[in-house]
Amino acid sequence: MLSALLVMAGIALALGAALGFASVRFKVKGDPLVDKIDAILPQTQCGQCGFPGCKPYAQAIAKGEAEINQCPPGGEEGIRKLADLLGKEFKPLSAEHGVEKPKQVAFIDEAVCIGCTLCTQACPVDAIVGAAKQMHTIVAPLCTGCELCVPPCPVDCIAIVPVPETVETWKWTYPVVRLKVVESA
Amino acid sequence: MLATPFKFRGGVKPASHKDESTQAPIAPAPLPARLVVPLRQSAGAAPLPLAQAGQKVLKGERIGAPDGSFSAAVHAPTSGTVLAVEPRMLPHPSGLSAACVVIAPDGEERWIERTPVDYRAESADALRDRLRDAGIVGLGGATFPSHLKLKPGTAGRIGTLVINGAECEPWITCDDLLMRERAAGIAGGIAILRHIVGAERVLVGIEDNKPQAIAALRAAVAGIASAEVVAVPTRYPAGGEKQLIRVLTGIEIPYGRFGTEFGVQCFNVGTAYSVHRAIAQGEPLVSRIVTLTGNVERPGNWEVPIGTPIDDLLKLAVPKPDTDRFIMGGPMMGFALPRTDLPITKAANCILAASPALFPHAGPEMPCIRCGACTRACPAELQPHELYWFARAKNFGKAQEYNIFDCIECGCCAYVCPSNIRLVDYYRFAKTSMRALEREKAAADAARQRFEFRTLRSERDAKEKADRLAAKTAAARQAISGEKAAEGAAQTATPTPAAATPALPPLDETKKALIAAAIARAQAQKEGVQPKNIDNLTAEKQAEIREIEARRAQVREMAKTPPEEPV
Repeated sequence: MLSALLVMAGIALALGAALGFASVRFKVKGDPLVDKIDAILPQTQCGQCGFPGCKPYAQAIAKGEAEINQCPPGGEEGIRKLADLLGKEFKPLSAEHGVEKPKQVAFIDEAVCIGCTLCTQACPVDAIVGAAKQMHTIVAPLCTGCELCVPPCPVDCIAIVPVPETVETWKWTYPVVRLKVVESA
Repeated sequence: MLATPFKFRGGVKPASHKDESTQAPIAPAPLPARLVVPLRQSAGAAPLPLAQAGQKVLKGERIGAPDGSFSAAVHAPTSGTVLAVEPRMLPHPSGLSAACVVIAPDGEERWIERTPVDYRAESADALRDRLRDAGIVGLGGATFPSHLKLKPGTAGRIGTLVINGAECEPWITCDDLLMRERAAGIAGGIAILRHIVGAERVLVGIEDNKPQAIAALRAAVAGIASAEVVAVPTRYPAGGEKQLIRVLTGIEIPYGRFGTEFGVQCFNVGTAYSVHRAIAQGEPLVSRIVTLTGNVERPGNWEVPIGTPIDDLLKLAVPKPDTDRFIMGGPMMGFALPRTDLPITKAANCILAASPALFPHAGPEMPCIRCGACTRACPAELQPHELYWFARAKNFGKAQEYNIFDCIECGCCAYVCPSNIRLVDYYRFAKTSMRALEREKAAADAARQRFEFRTLRSERDAKEKADRLAAKTAAARQAISGEKAAEGAAQTATPTPAAATPALPPLDETKKALIAAAIARAQAQKEGVQPKNIDNLTAEKQAEIREIEARRAQVREMAKTPPEEPV
């Protein structure tokens, strides 16, 4: 009887020690789900979802505090991917957060810019170059087209323009068989 | 004749239709009224424009400078006046526009000063730079800048130089005629290429359906040691770079790697010829041989200045009335031109006139029956039917697992497909979509990194500011408590232990003291202000200043006395 108890207690201790060791040794830092959600989000950092950036939105989704359909730049495809990842039902993009737009980029009219630095402070990805009383300009390859620089500009010199398609970025279209209307006799 | 010891798998044998355009020798194409030279004519970065509207240019003058090393220069194909540098539609399946230089030829064909060099006296680096500045790109169709292919790889040296004269695609004969007529120039280019890479042997692969070309080139390379012309069996796509290297050397090059890493490199015969022109004659690449064939009255090959509108060329070949479209390239890999007023580029080896009789419509696309014909035909040893499912379902991850990027888009699978599925269109769609997704992902990752760094920086700045403020407040509190302690010591002769180490004063007292100090500082600054720039003034101005100062003093007085109650 006693030996059986000792054996059971011994096994319990050994397994407990193993589990304790594993929990320290293989500890996962941060929430892997947040990173997975963040990888799907488009990183526009526009704040249209109501959170200050993509990462905070990802954290809110992981905690269940936000819906998956609040990201207009991610669009329908992004919502589908999030729904797949989280095992949720697909929902159309929520209208109060905005509408899906083609990829765009900010453009500063350099003749009008007064060098107030308000846009550089608003840019979430440091894509605007300029100093006080010096003309500012957008580093177009870094711009995410989030539109956050537009409201602070006191002289309305920032325009958001769609990114044109070039020979390098052009894609072949999905092959479809074109149907022709044949006049019946 | 040396038999080829190796073979590539798959391939097809379509009717070659080479005889139509090999009856006449290469003829020079007349200068058109306008030349439209696209700046972007090679893989890699588009060159930077050097010409301006209104500028006079000479034949061979540079109008586009290479932008970085992965780029090649562009030159004026004839002498004349630049009319504009503007976006024009390119001969590209997208039908998109890009910057082109429009030149009105003056008909004089005046060359810039040509500086031929003896390649034996030059270093490999100097020759590579010359080729880049002469705009030499692969003329087999991929237009990859040649100077990059001549850099030694990680494996050290390039032991074998493969020269591609296979020209496997039906209808096209520009390389065949070039080899027949200008074999000496090709041999000169081979010698230069060999000198640059230091190759031990040279293998020239030509399909065995071109006996005249084989004989001509064999005679021309007779003087070059350990250079051999090998007749390779006629089977499409024997002229694919990887296929030809495999047939001649047995080396298989995986996707994304260069031949240089395996000690072998491959150049087209047209490229070798233009290398010879660039080095031995000092002439940059300003023209190329173009085959005009198909449903035309006078098929043949013409030496065409780059930038000649296709419309002008078609006048030479005279398309038959039932021609319904024009294909740039061959029937297997070419694409239908959206319009015919587009210019000839360095990539344009053939303009093929198509008619419903010559290329009958294949019929409607039917479901895949998984017969495996495409798998047997695929020269890249892929599983085209599986790739088709994945591309069609937009399952790009799976398509990549099945090595879709190894596909050379040769069109063998679509050629043999009994269900008439346009397989290559699906692969092209999947490949370009995947590249776009990769670009988006890279951009998103960069944006995330920049956003995170910005967040980190603003947090750090805020913390530093708070720390500075806290340090300042603490210092002020210390100072005030020090004063109080001194006062206490003066008042009581026998200080209690508590008075010796006085407690810090409460926070709002400190704040008040700080505010009072700041007000005092501002006051002192205001009173210390002295008027500037008051020398050399007229009496009138000085009087004016005095008047203003008096008014200011009055206002200050008024500010000090409290306002009287209105009666």
